Amino acid sequence: MLGLLWLIPVIPLIGFILLAIIGPRLSRTAVAIIGVGSVGISAILAILVAISFISSPPAGNAFTQTLWTWINVTNFNPGISFYLDSLSMIMVLVVTFVGFVIHLYSAEHMLHQEGYSRFFAYMNLFVGSMLILVLANNLLLLYLGWEGVGLCSYLLIGFWYTNPANGRAARKAFIVTRVGDAAMAIGLFLLFNNLATLNIQDVMQRAAQTWQIGSPLAVTAAALLLGGAVGKSAQLPLQTWLPDAMAGPSPVSALIHAATMVTAGVYLIARTHVLFSLAPSVQLAVAIVGAATLLLAGFSALTQWDIKRVLAYSTISQIGYMFLALGVGAWSAAIFHFMTHAFFKALLFLAAGVVIDAMNDEHNMFKMGGLRTQLPLTFWTFLIGSSALSALPLITSGFYSKDLILFDAYASPSGSTWLWLAGLVGAFLTSIYTFRMVFLTFFGKPKTKAVYQPGSRINLALIVLAAFALLIGFLETPSFLGNINVLGNFLSASLPATSILPQRAGSEGILELVSAVISLVGIYLAYLLFLRVPKTTEAMVQSPVGAVLHRYWFSGWGFDWLYDTVLVRPFVWMANSNKNDFIDLLYKGIIRLNEALHRVLSNTENGLVRWYATGIAIGAVIIIAIVVFL
Amino acid sequence: MATIPVEYGLFLAIILFSLGLVGVLIRRNVVFILLSVEIMLNAAGLGFVIAGSHWGQADGQIMFIFILTMASAEVSVGLALAIQLYHRLKTLDTNSISKMRG
Amino acid sequence: MDIVFYIASAVAIICTVMVITRLNVVHALLYMIVALLSVALVFYTLGAPFVAALEVIIYAGAIMVLFVFVIMILNLGPQTSQQERLWLDGRIWVGPTILALILIAEVAYVLSTHSTPAYTITEISPRQVSTQMFGPYILGVELSSFLLLSAVVGAFHLGRRRQLYPEEIAVSAAAVEQNTSPQGDIQPEPQIQSDIHR
Repeated sequence: MLGLLWLIPVIPLIGFILLAIIGPRLSRTAVAIIGVGSVGISAILAILVAISFISSPPAGNAFTQTLWTWINVTNFNPGISFYLDSLSMIMVLVVTFVGFVIHLYSAEHMLHQEGYSRFFAYMNLFVGSMLILVLANNLLLLYLGWEGVGLCSYLLIGFWYTNPANGRAARKAFIVTRVGDAAMAIGLFLLFNNLATLNIQDVMQRAAQTWQIGSPLAVTAAALLLGGAVGKSAQLPLQTWLPDAMAGPSPVSALIHAATMVTAGVYLIARTHVLFSLAPSVQLAVAIVGAATLLLAGFSALTQWDIKRVLAYSTISQIGYMFLALGVGAWSAAIFHFMTHAFFKALLFLAAGVVIDAMNDEHNMFKMGGLRTQLPLTFWTFLIGSSALSALPLITSGFYSKDLILFDAYASPSGSTWLWLAGLVGAFLTSIYTFRMVFLTFFGKPKTKAVYQPGSRINLALIVLAAFALLIGFLETPSFLGNINVLGNFLSASLPATSILPQRAGSEGILELVSAVISLVGIYLAYLLFLRVPKTTEAMVQSPVGAVLHRYWFSGWGFDWLYDTVLVRPFVWMANSNKNDFIDLLYKGIIRLNEALHRVLSNTENGLVRWYATGIAIGAVIIIAIVVFL
Repeated sequence: MATIPVEYGLFLAIILFSLGLVGVLIRRNVVFILLSVEIMLNAAGLGFVIAGSHWGQADGQIMFIFILTMASAEVSVGLALAIQLYHRLKTLDTNSISKMRG
Repeated sequence: MDIVFYIASAVAIICTVMVITRLNVVHALLYMIVALLSVALVFYTLGAPFVAALEVIIYAGAIMVLFVFVIMILNLGPQTSQQERLWLDGRIWVGPTILALILIAEVAYVLSTHSTPAYTITEISPRQVSTQMFGPYILGVELSSFLLLSAVVGAFHLGRRRQLYPEEIAVSAAAVEQNTSPQGDIQPEPQIQSDIHR
């Protein structure tokens, strides 16, 4: 069954090609069958492969399938090869399964939109690229998938391209991630230059053999890869593109900007974890970036009125948790949080899409309210997603994954109390802004009537994701709550286990209790602030300090303004002032001279015989003068 | 026979030639241009005859005869063109036949 | 004999100046004939009686008569000299005259630097010319015959008054329009036009 691996990324790509070529001529039903079906087949194949992988593990717990050699230049011969181990297995499962559910949702959600087949073509291309990214056995193929998903992100953010603002958002996303991608490309060059291979496993092996811990090359390579990861995963300082990326359709936000693509950075760091272990300073930077991002994004999410921007900031914040986990060496915790996050955040985005549709394309939460009774199923699923996001204790998956990260941040050798505290504050913020969203949207007095009820496919998608958002947490539970370690054990083949300082190991129960309480307090606070006494909240925002903070947080801590002032404007100014390239002036001068000469000479061609005779006579006079006087 | 310095004869030739040149350059009427060309050709022939007489050779006169032949051929063709020009354009102005500009 | 040369030269120059300044073509032709006759006299004084005769017979006789015939065919009216006066305004003289003066000055400079003593001119008889011409220059004579033949054919072809094709009529009509409309040129009389189209 493992031999079917190559079909997993290929089938969505075939779907893309079919839709790209004949899509516009097909009926919407046929487009939906191809678009959803290809990802569905891919998901089924992924499950079959997973069953086979688990039931009869291949040698070394890893399976490599080489389709053909891509480039063959002496000692540089990356292949189109897929590498399946437990890490990529989990990624493939999540990508195909969540991808399938979101496609199913889109089949109904996008039904009355223009460009139905274009949408599914892009989505299929995205799934195919993402699968190439996670299955690649060498960094070059990974980079191909990496850029492929970036392209799809650009295309899908600008899906409604007739609105210039969407095009701007798409360009912003593309350019900002390009900054990180450039760093990553340089990192790849560095790795190949020093290790003479791009095969991920060989790179890891040789790096561990040739580089000392903390050696400058290892630090540089890891830092450059981190740059790529930061750009793709919207972490500090390249996080500004993600909130604007919400210009795309809701399923796109769910699939690309919540569940899969933005976590590619997490996957990259987990995949090359050996490099990061060799560079402890960079690993610490990963943790600090994660902690800082989750706090900044959490504060920003508190102030947004656009339901999708709240979710975008919460995505940035949650990926910050994953980075925090990666930074403290809790690899499997990061992947666990990636899994749970993929389900509950996709669920939240899909539900938000339903809400926006029902509100007749209204994004402002302050104009919603009381939707609890009007959209009951959406409400309940959204509530489940929100509970998971704010880590409601015991029953939700978010609780288990986030608290594992918090515990590891405290208890691992590279962790610290400060990181734990940051995570805890972040968790507190998370539950406040999440339930602010829930209360504003679904509780209170109805302000607008829902004009739309979701159909069966959307409901099915929401229910499935909600079920997973609840259940998937039980793959990994703390030691005092059953001590299930399915995921950690499964991942142990590819990722080293998290080491725990013995003197802090016993504090797990207390920490879990603290964070559970924090989460509940946060929810209660949100209830107080936004449902019971909204006037007080309003007064807080109006107060001088509150207004300044609100403005800063609302604009995402002014990063956009900063980049605009420091980078974009000077660059645009330079580009404008050099619009008529001054080096070109020389060449333009030559052209002008030639044109002038041409004009002069062409004026002599006037067809007048006597004029020509005059020319001959003048020439004769001059030549005689030369002969006579020289 | 006469004893005339060769410079005088050549000076006469160049004056006649220059007058012919001026005639070509100032006249717009194609018949006058042809006449002026005749003057120039005649002056050139004069130059040959003077040179031939200076050396006491017959070659100068032979060149004059060739020039004479050429002049008659040129005039016959040129006048035919002038007739054709007048036939088509109702004018003898050479400025009117400037269609072949580059 | 010297005095004959100088007088003939002066007459030739004066007549040539008259040729290029005349407004009436027939007047110019008459001056031209006088100029050619005086050049023939110059030839004679230079000891070339044969070419002097040819000058009179062919130039003054044949070629000038050809001009006269053509002018007769064209049947130019009195308005032609009117038009010549318009074309020959003062400024048009400046450039060519300066050019001609420079040319004369240059040649005069060359002639003054290469002074040769006066010599007695010996007559070259037609016999000498003929033996030379049909001896070493026989090839030139043959080529001249080709030239004359082609000139005859060409003149016949060009001078034939044939029916114009429609597009040629359009072109010539447009050209006539263009020629007659600007700068106040005097239009040919309708009577002449009908004469031409006959």
